[in-house]
Amino acid sequence: MKLPGRILLGLFCLLVAVWLIAPTIVVVPMSFNDKKSLAFPPSGFSWQWYQNFFTNPEWSASLVSSLKVAVVTAVFATVIGTLAAFGLDRMKSRVSGVLRALLITPMVVPGVVLAVGIYAVYLDTQLVGTMTGFVLAHTMLAVPFVIIAVSASLEVFDKRLETAAASLGATQLTAFRTVTLPLIAPGILSGLLFAFVTSFDEIIVALFITSPYLKTLPVQIFSSITRDADPTVAAVGTLLFIATSLVIGAGLLIGSRQGKR
Amino acid sequence: MASPSTRGAAIDLRSVSKHYGSFIALDEVSLRIEPGEFMTLLGPSGSGKTTTLNIIAGFTEVSSGSLDVGGKSVIGVPAHKRNIGVVFQHYALFPHMTVSRNVAYPLTLRGIANPGREARVHKALDMVKMTDFGHRFPSELSGGQQQRVALARAIVFDPPLLLMDEPLGALDKKLREWLQLEIKRIHRELGTTFVYVTHDQEEALVLSNRIAVFNQGRIEQVGTGRQLYDEPETLFVAKFVGDSTILRGAPSTSGDETAIDIAGRKVTTAKRLPGGAKPAMLLRPEKLSLVRRGKGGQDQNILPGRIGEAIYLGSGSKYEVVLADTSKAIVRSTLDAETFAIGDEVDLIFAGSDVKLLADDEKADLNQT
Repeated sequence: MKLPGRILLGLFCLLVAVWLIAPTIVVVPMSFNDKKSLAFPPSGFSWQWYQNFFTNPEWSASLVSSLKVAVVTAVFATVIGTLAAFGLDRMKSRVSGVLRALLITPMVVPGVVLAVGIYAVYLDTQLVGTMTGFVLAHTMLAVPFVIIAVSASLEVFDKRLETAAASLGATQLTAFRTVTLPLIAPGILSGLLFAFVTSFDEIIVALFITSPYLKTLPVQIFSSITRDADPTVAAVGTLLFIATSLVIGAGLLIGSRQGKR
Repeated sequence: MASPSTRGAAIDLRSVSKHYGSFIALDEVSLRIEPGEFMTLLGPSGSGKTTTLNIIAGFTEVSSGSLDVGGKSVIGVPAHKRNIGVVFQHYALFPHMTVSRNVAYPLTLRGIANPGREARVHKALDMVKMTDFGHRFPSELSGGQQQRVALARAIVFDPPLLLMDEPLGALDKKLREWLQLEIKRIHRELGTTFVYVTHDQEEALVLSNRIAVFNQGRIEQVGTGRQLYDEPETLFVAKFVGDSTILRGAPSTSGDETAIDIAGRKVTTAKRLPGGAKPAMLLRPEKLSLVRRGKGGQDQNILPGRIGEAIYLGSGSKYEVVLADTSKAIVRSTLDAETFAIGDEVDLIFAGSDVKLLADDEKADLNQT
């Protein structure tokens, strides 16, 4: 490619990159605003909104709730999703395609529709505003992500290794534990991360089934920003941005080290 | 470790069949393999040789028939309880384990702890000359090295029977020839029964005590390499094992003599094919000789032809001769013999006594791979 072409391509890529991350980056300076307003650019510098996030019990309680729900959800969804992906992979009949589509539906169905359905059921079963309710709903939403991630690694897993393990004396369970599981672990791990994130930033269903006693962080952010333009939201956003960047970065690092082998 | 003579297990397949729906992969196959024997299952792809191996290994269940290993029926016994070593064409090493851990795997499963385990891993790796590679991962090894590790892993737990499914199929010729000799040596040192699957007849001849030739889910013939080459029972075996020239045409018999008419020229032999089958003549390359057209061959069978291909082999030459009926004859000649060029008009000469009569079988042509 000639030089002018390369420069043009570079500029275009830069534009796309800016467009993709600008909305996220804007939050960072706003979080250091010295006035109680979500203004960009900020008028002065202060740490007060970070301080508020960690000291105001409304905020810290919602963070703890979110973490609890997300951790439990991630564990449940990973176990269920991994077993489902394994079962689907080993099914010989054509039913597996139908089952797979069925298990993926929570990802495709509009969130609001699901939320209304879940809310209706939860009203009758007194699950609104409960930890159980959140975990149940979020696990359902997160399972498809795990299935997709684990299926992808099962797709490239060489099943003949299990045959080899059997010939060396391994029962099916031992072969799964010592050969299959370690080799599809990256897929399971990324499924776990996806499940965690799915639950952690889920807002639609959460808005329906929340209560004053149990609020997740996204709900707290939403209600805070609709009530008053509290820059704490920007501080939370910045913290989440840093946290997710670190997790994704670590994931990429692990992935590349695995790939070298 | 027991003495070599007692270490191998006998295998007895009786009327073993395997059906996949209406497809018959194995049709009433019976085969006895002696303890400590090196038996090769030879045949084109889809002939049933790998199915037979998988049945012995326990990866595939029989549809009918019986299978004894070491004198005991193993029908219904799952693969992990059979204590049989298997080497696969695709190596099947565990990529997340080092070479040492791969080889230690079957020992760990059998509850063998250190230091005994380490010693046995070392001994197995020593046998395949891979002791320096214990800490490497499979992906850091070449194909030949990986297969040697796979072999070590399959023999480390002292199985009485080792199965190999085209283990050298993915390697280049030089390496293949060297590893064939290695496998032969290991067989000699272990005294274990080896069952080896291949579609390469040369490999079968190099390695085996006996060879079972498979075709379309059946065994055509079982015998030593020499028996298969000198005394093939079917046209398929004749064509699959070694180079061969098959002469076909309108047959006629008188007394004890059989003649075949090839484009108007009769060739004869003082032999008769028992039964009523249509005879075809088989001639091995070294039984045929070539002279320039009209330059000899009294009292012998003479067929005119033209050199279609001339291949210099170092130790001699190999010629493909196109006969009058467009069929091809393969002739091997020694270094001191007269040489010919493509297109030369020649006479193909052979003695009637060197002819082997076989029942003509049109299907034998279709199955060549």
